[in-house]
Amino acid sequence: MSEVSALNHAKFDGFASIREIGPLGMITLRAKPDLPGLAEAIRAAVGTEVPATRRIVTNGDKAAGWMSPDEYLLILPYGETGAALAAIAAALKGQHYLAETVSDARAVFRIEGAKADQVLAKLSPVDFARLEPNELRRTRAAQVAAAFWKDEAGYTLVCFRSVASYMMGLLTHSAQNGSELV
Amino acid sequence: MLILECPYCGVKAEETELSPGYEAHLKRFGPGSSDTEFEDYMFARKNPKGVHFERWRHVYGCGKWFLAARCTATLEVFGTYPAQSAEPPADLQAKIKAKRPDWKGYK
Ligand SMILES: [Zn+2]
Repeated sequence: MSEVSALNHAKFDGFASIREIGPLGMITLRAKPDLPGLAEAIRAAVGTEVPATRRIVTNGDKAAGWMSPDEYLLILPYGETGAALAAIAAALKGQHYLAETVSDARAVFRIEGAKADQVLAKLSPVDFARLEPNELRRTRAAQVAAAFWKDEAGYTLVCFRSVASYMMGLLTHSAQNGSELV
Repeated sequence: MLILECPYCGVKAEETELSPGYEAHLKRFGPGSSDTEFEDYMFARKNPKGVHFERWRHVYGCGKWFLAARCTATLEVFGTYPAQSAEPPADLQAKIKAKRPDWKGYK
């Protein structure tokens, strides 16, 4: 258990602001979408609907994201994963699924500012003009896997904790003043 | 640049978000097969100039394997479909046949 974030809340201010946040509580839930009890399990854990394909549904400081046809990412306060896992186990008793806390395997960043999308556009093969509201986009940022979604203030980006400093380096470099795309 | 639409998550994935799995629809010859059959399964590939069926993995995205039909000469993509398909979908085969009348089929 590590209650400090990967980079001790490193930050950088360029043409957009980069902040390493967290740690957030995260649960990987692997289950087929038609699994009996799945909706109850997600509602009990984070209080949301089952997210549709490539979407993230938020509920205050909790959220559920669609990661693949048989994988969901549940986000919640760091200290609440144990209770959420117990609620999932109760809702999915006897069913074929897998749920595990992965909070300490992840690093989380915020990219904020009017040109926040340009920071990511330089790093990921994604058409940002077509990124939809509440879309959880899994892709790569330069050489590592990443997932991000957009809200009114900017982007939240999740990657593996083992590449947190690489990611901070990428974001910092990409957000250098004077390197705006337009 | 190659762009393939992942049939599982719907992302129009640029090539660098994918990982190649080479020729699709191979029949496996394992224990009990002849040396020739195993050699063909292991090493002999069609490598056509033209219509080709391939396996791809949406490795940086949803992580799923899928299949794609494309032209190796022009890079035209005819379509993508789930990995759980024993053969290319009939409508995809018809579409390819219409575009490439000389095409001899996927086998
Ligand atoms: Zn996909």
